[in-house]
Amino acid sequence: MKAYFSVFKLRLIYGLQYRAAALAGVATQFFWGIMHIMIYEAFYANAASAPPMSLKQVIIYIWLQQSFLVFVALWIRDNEIINLITSGNIAYELCRPCSIYGFWFAKLIAQRLSGAMLRCLPLLIAAFLIPEPYKMALPGSLAAFLLFTVSLFLGLMVLVSISMLIYISMFITILPVGSMVVFSSIGELFSGMIIPIPFMPSWLQKIAYFLPFRLAVDMPFRIYTGHIPVSQALQGVLIQLIWLGVLILTGYASMKKVQKRVIVQGG
Amino acid sequence: MKLYFKYMSILLKSQMQYRASFWLLSIGQFFVPFSVFAGLYFLFERFGSIRGWSFFEVALCFGVINMAFSITECFVRGFDIFSNLVVSGDFDRVLLRPRSTFIQVLGSQFEFTRLGRLLQGVIVLVWAAVNLSIRWTVFKIITLILMIISGIFIFTGIFVLAATLCFWTIQGIEVANIFTYGGKEISQYPLNIYKKWITRFFTFIIPFGCVNYLPLMYLLDRTQYNYHFYMLTPLIGILFIIPCLGVWEMGVKHYRSTGS
Repeated sequence: MKAYFSVFKLRLIYGLQYRAAALAGVATQFFWGIMHIMIYEAFYANAASAPPMSLKQVIIYIWLQQSFLVFVALWIRDNEIINLITSGNIAYELCRPCSIYGFWFAKLIAQRLSGAMLRCLPLLIAAFLIPEPYKMALPGSLAAFLLFTVSLFLGLMVLVSISMLIYISMFITILPVGSMVVFSSIGELFSGMIIPIPFMPSWLQKIAYFLPFRLAVDMPFRIYTGHIPVSQALQGVLIQLIWLGVLILTGYASMKKVQKRVIVQGG
Repeated sequence: MKLYFKYMSILLKSQMQYRASFWLLSIGQFFVPFSVFAGLYFLFERFGSIRGWSFFEVALCFGVINMAFSITECFVRGFDIFSNLVVSGDFDRVLLRPRSTFIQVLGSQFEFTRLGRLLQGVIVLVWAAVNLSIRWTVFKIITLILMIISGIFIFTGIFVLAATLCFWTIQGIEVANIFTYGGKEISQYPLNIYKKWITRFFTFIIPFGCVNYLPLMYLLDRTQYNYHFYMLTPLIGILFIIPCLGVWEMGVKHYRSTGS
């Protein structure tokens, strides 16, 4: 366990080095947030029927999404791992006296944490300071905030365990990018990155609620806005734990299986 | 120009070496904007319209912009990843050759897989055009084609500007994404749905308004007077490339090698 923790710490420090890049990212994401809010504002201006979320809730959702983008985006991929697999350098990783699954898991989580740590605070401060229609708001209650934090971190772990499955599948296909692009754009839709899930037609909502993607994005953000009440949020956290268990076990088992048949070509 | 096509055929051959990967990536590129478009569709299903624009009107806009952007990404990729040339010092070699720097950088990289994305744009455009009750005339078809061409020129201009910045910053900078990808995102909707300052910025500084808003009014017969002016607005967008090229030349003069 200690080894994984130090991998985690090293990666965190490494990621925090890129401060200028992070600052540039903040500016970009701030613009993105404003733009999306304006689009929703225009939609709300002459809405025929009552929308499923209030405009304020959507605005909070958008700001959270932009602040924690590195946390929740499925398309972020670690080129180092991809290179390891395609180039055959995976052999070195196999020599390490700890399981690859745990090692990569810690690494991926640390990467996302360090990315988000640099970006989310300045962005959130900016979002709280801008004038009213676009302003970010505090969560409804303390309980909602606590549950939001818990579910955000659990969601992060769910997301990383999903992307671990993608990396493992690359041992078999070796063709990384094409299938990953398709997979992540579909996952993005079902996680609520493109539009919050309540805006989808009901048949699609059913599919989205069934899949694990929404646990990382849609659920924590809607808990913050109060759109998901506290009692339901507790239930959601439980679902997250179950999914997390299933995903990690599947990943761990398939990693074991794949490792047995790995052939490292020399060179 | 001959040189440019030579570059193109060489790079196409080299990318086709990995045939399966090439096709998979193209298919992947086809699906990427698909989920964004699905999101757009669902929002319209929920709300009906956006500031008086119907779904198919916005879809027309979406199709035009995505076509223009994917063509640009395919052919102007060299400028998109230009920072690599500066960082590695390889730009020195480009300077030594007796040809224009612009053509050489343009030809240094092509991303043919983006054509998958182009196909998606075409499908959306045709779907929207069939469902809109537009009386198509020769002038309108010309306008539509001009819109796409103008979009390509504007995106190219922005990519060139972003690349020029690398002469000073060495690193590629993410802020430039506001204007490339952000410009694409923002102009997927008709510009008048945004606040005035955004609309003005993206009409008078970066002339996206000349691609999606003004000519769109003409296509949909919403103009009140002087409609020939609206038809010609995409041409103004094309002029955007001229100052960009000027800045590029300035940047090249300013270039200092990073060494090897």
